[in-house]
Amino acid sequence: MSAMGDVMVRAEGVRKSYGHFDALRGIDLEVATGEVMCLIGPSGSGKSTFLRCINHLEKIDAGRLEVDGDLVGYRLHNGRLYELRDREVCAKRAEIGMVFQRFNLFPHMSALDNVALGPSKVKRVARGEAVERARALLARVGLGDKLAAYPNQLSGGQQQRVAIARALAMQPKLMLFDEPTSALDPELVGEVLDVMRGLAEDGMTMVVVTHEIGFAREVGDKLVFMDAGTVVESGVPRDVIANPRSERTKAFLAKVL
Amino acid sequence: MADTGSTRREELKAVPVRHPGRWVGAAGVLVLVAMLVHSVFFSMTTRGGKRQKRFELHVIAKYLFAHPILHGVVLTIELTVAAMAIGIFLGIALAVLRLSPNPLLSGASWVYIWFFRGTPVLVQLLFWYEISYIFPRLTLGIPFGPAFVHYNANTLITPVFAAIIGLGLNEGAYMAEIVRAGIISVDEGQTEASHALGMSRMQTMRLVVLPQAMRVIVPPTGNETISMLKTSSLASTITVGETLFAAQAIYSRTYQTIPLLMVASLWYLLMTSVLTTGQYYVERYFARGATRDLPPTPLQRLRARVAGASV
Repeated sequence: MSAMGDVMVRAEGVRKSYGHFDALRGIDLEVATGEVMCLIGPSGSGKSTFLRCINHLEKIDAGRLEVDGDLVGYRLHNGRLYELRDREVCAKRAEIGMVFQRFNLFPHMSALDNVALGPSKVKRVARGEAVERARALLARVGLGDKLAAYPNQLSGGQQQRVAIARALAMQPKLMLFDEPTSALDPELVGEVLDVMRGLAEDGMTMVVVTHEIGFAREVGDKLVFMDAGTVVESGVPRDVIANPRSERTKAFLAKVL
Repeated sequence: MADTGSTRREELKAVPVRHPGRWVGAAGVLVLVAMLVHSVFFSMTTRGGKRQKRFELHVIAKYLFAHPILHGVVLTIELTVAAMAIGIFLGIALAVLRLSPNPLLSGASWVYIWFFRGTPVLVQLLFWYEISYIFPRLTLGIPFGPAFVHYNANTLITPVFAAIIGLGLNEGAYMAEIVRAGIISVDEGQTEASHALGMSRMQTMRLVVLPQAMRVIVPPTGNETISMLKTSSLASTITVGETLFAAQAIYSRTYQTIPLLMVASLWYLLMTSVLTTGQYYVERYFARGATRDLPPTPLQRLRARVAGASV
């Protein structure tokens, strides 16, 4: 375990384009271990793309992206980035948990199997042990009584909590959240945010793409506002929200607050 | 409307829409069934100056359980199972290759499907049957180098073997497209979620994508199996003694063509009926997680009907 204050995620000049569209135009960011960073911005600003680059679900075109001191998805050799093989990328991804907007639970498996799958198949933990751990994690997110339920028998909030437990089962160093509450009915948002708040209190390093400004202010250690593929402004959430320096940040916050 | 007030609400009954047309239709169907039964079981015709039953039911009865026919039925089942096993295995492999980012693999898969879907299965069967014409000796060894073992193609590739290869390889091309359709029907988020957990491409395919693709793959595969059961009758052209060949062997001696073709048809009908029922249960199994409640089995539906009618 790295100590608080170490850098967990370091991005330097990260660029990414889809054809002629530049999704990321040189992102420089740092997330310290144990820190909660919230990314906000209008849709299409590149915040989800950046998040997906962190665990190499998207390939970057240029720049450096490190997680816990290692380049993600690439190896540096003679001043060039060489993409890693599937197996090596997988090993790195296993250290990074991810929670999706649309949950993406495996619909053909019970909640318990969803959570136990990663450890037993990727980390080769014994099945019995993986199930025990899954049971404990589901209890932790308040779903100890839903072990046998299939995803379509659960509410959106419950599904997202299973998804969080599934990511935690891999004992990740870092958790990525891609708009985790955007697909939820308003009255179900709270239960998911509560689980995330608990994680933050336990010292989990988190990068959260969100529209929940309240959550960002209360739980976040750092707030980053992105627009058009660049970081416009970043700082302590309370300050950024109360006194945005850039006009674009001001205009965005005025719409969402 | 003086009595409206005195009528109690409970007495108002809802009458479902009446369907007089159904009764007329049922009567018409009954007449047609009666004509069919009469034609099959009772009507006579004159053949060669002799009055005979139109359908020679006694001939059908005589041969329905005849030893060569039963032997042919068993061989039909064996051919179908073997060819479908090859077809499904090949189909999954070809579909996965087809979707591979490696152009060599996806290209090879494309060429295979192009060739085997593009030529008639009957021609392919004849080709495998006559393979010894092109390759009289099959050799295992180093390409352009020394050989380790030789086989005589005529003894290695028996007619049954040729039929299994021919039907199986052809089926693989069709199954590949069915499996591919199943794979691309699974939401991309599923692949992303399993990659995010650190699963490899193969693990993702085996544990997450294929089990969900099965819901889309199973119905057309059942269809293919039923189709294969009947397509296997083409093997009769290469002297494989399956159901049709057995029937032909008998009527070429007795000239009772139609009754024996009916014997073969009855067996095909029975086998496809069994498969249709089996398919229902396989589909039900793979519907887990896709529907909140599993659809009722035919038996459960019958019970519900009976219970509903008696109430």
